[in-house]
Amino acid sequence: MPVIRFLDVHKSYRVDGKDIPALQPFSLDIVDGEVFGIIGHSGAGKSTLIRLINLLERPSGGSILIGDTEMTALPEPALRAQRRRIGMIFQHFNLLTSQTVADNVAFPLRLAGERDATKIRARVAELLARVGLDEHAGKYPSQLSGGQKQRVGIARALANRPEILLCDEATSALDPQTTASVLDLLAAINRELKLTIVLITHEMDVVRRICDRVAVLDAGRIVESGTVADVFLHPRHATTRRFVAEALPEEASTAQVPAAAGRVLRLTFRGATTLQPVLSRVMREHGVDFNLLAGRIDRIKDLPYGQLTLTLDGARSDAALAALRQAGIEIEEVAA
Amino acid sequence: MTLSPLQSLFPNIDDWGELGRACIDTLLMLGGSLTLTVLIGLPLGVLLYLTGKGQLRAMPRLYGSISLLVNVLRSVPFIILMIVLMPVTYALVGTKLGVRGAIPPLVIGAAPFFARLVETALREVQKGVIEAAQAMGASTWQIVRHVLLPEARAGIAAGITVTAIALVGYTAMGGAIGSGGLGDLAYRYGYLSYESDYMVVTVALLVVLVQLLQMLGDRIVARYKRH
Repeated sequence: MPVIRFLDVHKSYRVDGKDIPALQPFSLDIVDGEVFGIIGHSGAGKSTLIRLINLLERPSGGSILIGDTEMTALPEPALRAQRRRIGMIFQHFNLLTSQTVADNVAFPLRLAGERDATKIRARVAELLARVGLDEHAGKYPSQLSGGQKQRVGIARALANRPEILLCDEATSALDPQTTASVLDLLAAINRELKLTIVLITHEMDVVRRICDRVAVLDAGRIVESGTVADVFLHPRHATTRRFVAEALPEEASTAQVPAAAGRVLRLTFRGATTLQPVLSRVMREHGVDFNLLAGRIDRIKDLPYGQLTLTLDGARSDAALAALRQAGIEIEEVAA
Repeated sequence: MTLSPLQSLFPNIDDWGELGRACIDTLLMLGGSLTLTVLIGLPLGVLLYLTGKGQLRAMPRLYGSISLLVNVLRSVPFIILMIVLMPVTYALVGTKLGVRGAIPPLVIGAAPFFARLVETALREVQKGVIEAAQAMGASTWQIVRHVLLPEARAGIAAGITVTAIALVGYTAMGGAIGSGGLGDLAYRYGYLSYESDYMVVTVALLVVLVQLLQMLGDRIVARYKRH
């Protein structure tokens, strides 16, 4: 069931009396409990897109549904109430510098009208424990590292028990190690709280690590979308290919493939087949030699996958390929 | 007859009590006008900020009108503003003289100035923090109360300091047209009667007062800025 539904939504900005399109008309469903990634270069429109969900940006046309609620039709007080059910975290954390960690986390509770200090204290303690910051409650944001600040941001976003969490380039200001730990935390929250997460990023690696589905945004248009495994393993649009190549630098080009190599194939293993010796068994049975040109075995979120680029040599190579397909391995000819 | 050291240093000052009363008058004028200036200037500054271009409640025409009024009041030299405002002052407090008579023009002169300082301080607040509060469902009033004012408190404290010091100068000018205080002594005795020891003492007292205000203000600002 879609929890967020965009129907023919578009957005343009008025600059000096002219309409500058930011997002071309698009429709998109984001389903309950998934982690949905939107990837694009800066200026592609992804910040605008994510802000349409809580109406920080108003669409120029179309319909935005959260559950059954038409967001664009809500009067101001109802919109504010709805926003409390949508948490948001930011690239630059956007914490109140004048308040302690505990007060930052308590802020959305107070905004929602909670007056009971005991309840607030208990909820704040619970949230800080959730993000692993129990010991830092009395500190000010300026005394924290980037990763800790983002954890405060996450605790704050979760305070009113939202159903949706929006992540605006949440790890772009963090170093790789901190990025990994923040992504792990987001994945755990998604799993344990059954929270729908929508994130925007310019890094395919973020998408690969925690997203279930992804949409690729290029110049205000969604050019490709689908499960992360499909998009990541078989990118179709040029922009998607570039993003995938950035995440896999060692496979960025096939320039290392010798011209005389004959048939160059890319084999993709997904899930359980990745972990079984399918390739060597099939090749042995059919008496085919192969020469490995490039390869990678990794994970897409929880799905193990392998992708091997190789050349085949032997009379029965077609039969071998058929047997591989039978075993569930995806095979593509790579233009040499 | 022996002269005390004070008498030999300041031969013309025969009534130190008068000097003390003038000090108190200056402090009363400063305290009263500063309080009212903040009470009027702070909301005015918030209004200027909110209605400004690209802000939360952008209203170009309202902003333009308030901005013009503020600029007009700020461009009239204070001594002239005081004279021009005399009928208004009389209508408001029933006298044009003394501490009471000084306060309305002081406030009308300083509040627009302070409002501009508040507007500038609020503009320094990170847009992202305001956006975060909006995303949490905060109303404009909640954003003002819980985000803008606390986040800008160092800048606002600095603005209050600058305004207080400007007001010390204004109160001294007010002395020339009958508002009492240290400026009045300096003008009447020091300038009109050539009793320069009065001038020295009043100036020294004003210097001390300004120093104290600046030090106090700097301390508060530093405390707010620590985080």
